[in-house]
Amino acid sequence: MSDIIQMTDVIKKFYTGTPNELTILKGISLTVREGEFVSIVGVSGSGKSTLMNIIGALDKPTSGEYILSGEDIKAMNDNKLSAVRNRRIGFIFQTFNLIPRTTALKNVELPMLYAGISKSRRVARAKELLELVEMADRMKHLPSELSGGQKQRVAIARAMANEPDILLADEPTGALDTETGRLVMNIFHRLNRENGKTVVLITHNPELAAETSRILTISDGLIINERVNKKYGIAAEEEKA
Amino acid sequence: MNLLENISLAIAGLRAGKMRALLTMLGIIIGIGAVIGIVTIGGALTGTITGSMQTLGVGNIIVSMQSRKDNVYLSREDKISDKMLAVMRQRFEGEIEAISITENGDSGVVRDGRREAKVSTVGANSDYPAANNLTLQQGRFISVVDNAKQKKVAVVSDKLVGDIFAKNENPLGREIKVYSGSAIKTYVIIGVYKYERSLMNVSVMGEGDTPTDMYVPLDLVRKERNIWPGYTYFTVTAKQGGDAKKLTQDIIDFFDRYYHNNVNYTVSAFSMESMIAQMSTIMNTVSIAISVIAAISLLVGGIGVMNIMLVSVTERTREIGTRKALGARNGAIRLQFIVESVIICLIGGVIGIVFGIILGNVGAALLGARAALSMPAVAIAVVFSSAIGIFFGYYPANKAARLDPIEALRYE
Repeated sequence: MSDIIQMTDVIKKFYTGTPNELTILKGISLTVREGEFVSIVGVSGSGKSTLMNIIGALDKPTSGEYILSGEDIKAMNDNKLSAVRNRRIGFIFQTFNLIPRTTALKNVELPMLYAGISKSRRVARAKELLELVEMADRMKHLPSELSGGQKQRVAIARAMANEPDILLADEPTGALDTETGRLVMNIFHRLNRENGKTVVLITHNPELAAETSRILTISDGLIINERVNKKYGIAAEEEKA
Repeated sequence: MNLLENISLAIAGLRAGKMRALLTMLGIIIGIGAVIGIVTIGGALTGTITGSMQTLGVGNIIVSMQSRKDNVYLSREDKISDKMLAVMRQRFEGEIEAISITENGDSGVVRDGRREAKVSTVGANSDYPAANNLTLQQGRFISVVDNAKQKKVAVVSDKLVGDIFAKNENPLGREIKVYSGSAIKTYVIIGVYKYERSLMNVSVMGEGDTPTDMYVPLDLVRKERNIWPGYTYFTVTAKQGGDAKKLTQDIIDFFDRYYHNNVNYTVSAFSMESMIAQMSTIMNTVSIAISVIAAISLLVGGIGVMNIMLVSVTERTREIGTRKALGARNGAIRLQFIVESVIICLIGGVIGIVFGIILGNVGAALLGARAALSMPAVAIAVVFSSAIGIFFGYYPANKAARLDPIEALRYE
């Protein structure tokens, strides 16, 4: 299986050249292969959010190399980065971040709109995706009319819109109760197993991380531990049961 | 990104905050409304005024005596004499078409049995029709002989004929009696002219009650009113194709020779042409003044739009971050906000146009003129309000486009 993420010795500094210079990432090397379900675990302040921003092409490393699906992120301009985020990354946020006053269907259409896909194809694909997350009956609803779990399912459908190389989920269950969080995690497992989608999960919760195939622990800007999980997903659930 | 999507998004956003959108638009509505209203009223007025001026004759020069200082009395010797007029006519024979002198007589009612019609008696000389574009329908106008002999003859309007005589009756040669106070005067009709309704003789009473002019020999009126010989006011008509401006100056110079030693009086002359020009200058000045006010209103409106767009960008920081994370280019974000700002201004502009048309029509109706909607003004208003939207929307839109997606996503 090919590598989707290849990160070599990535350093991220803020306020470079000023007395307040901060080094958040101190040399991260990381490889994620297609079809993996990787979790990045760390307490707040460990640098996991910064790492997520770089993985998601929202930010560029100060030094080091980041190759996403064979493309060098460091060399890209703003528009190229937008295109990478649009086609290669599917973001899922803790706070869902659905566009307000815009129906679930339109929210799912949005990344395809930015990709320049025709109206009819957008609608067809968005409906398909909402069916996949079992939200087809709510597609005309506004975000304000949906529960947290429903919003996150719409957000997952939206993340899937342009068939991204990776789903990048930042604490996706953080704002949900345990039961709903479970449902959302199950969707990720299903997408990973049945659709072969690569998933990168950022969390501070070791229990959620334990469900993934590989767990990376980040602390003070460095990966301090890496553990491969032979039994994960449904298997792990069954074990718990 | 699709323009149509942006438009429907912007409209959905405005719907969510109707009151805010309306208040934001207010400056634009007032500005555009004022411009359209004023252009409509101005167009109506200019059209009506130049219209009636033209019926009076563009080539006319009004000559009148002016006192040089306050509290002076006109003496017999001061007045413009018949001799002066004769010399003037001779001097400028090639340029003068007519010299029309009028004197107002009584106003009264023509009665014949139960039928009646209001009239204003006007003493006129034989040059009157040429100077005032009067069209005779029947008979003739007052002649030099009628005037000299102070004959009791009259030229009446077709309107009066319609009011007094039966349909097939020939009014020529018929006697009419004019009742004015206790006096009754009898005239023989020698001609009928075509009555033209104009802004000058429309009264609030309505068409039926409007008196029409009845022309009688000038010297008859002068004798009845015991007017001293000589004149204070007359109208000169320049020959077709002549230079009325030059003739005006020539007439001023001509009379200056008689009056430059007169300490009390002088004679002035001005052409209708210059009066029309003066009128349009006034109209233009008023239009410019209103336009400046409208422009200030539009500027304030535009700043209001910019302000609300800045608020909107701040409120929607997270949304902008999300859109960027989903792959929106900076250009797409910029376009989205510019479209929103243009939509606000365009809706404001359209409301303003409707408001202005109503204002213009009401205003024109009050002034008794016919409102003329200026399509170019409407087109300019639409283009201008879009331009305001783009101009004042650009800065907030650019600010949105340049937001750092990470910062924006973290914004609470």
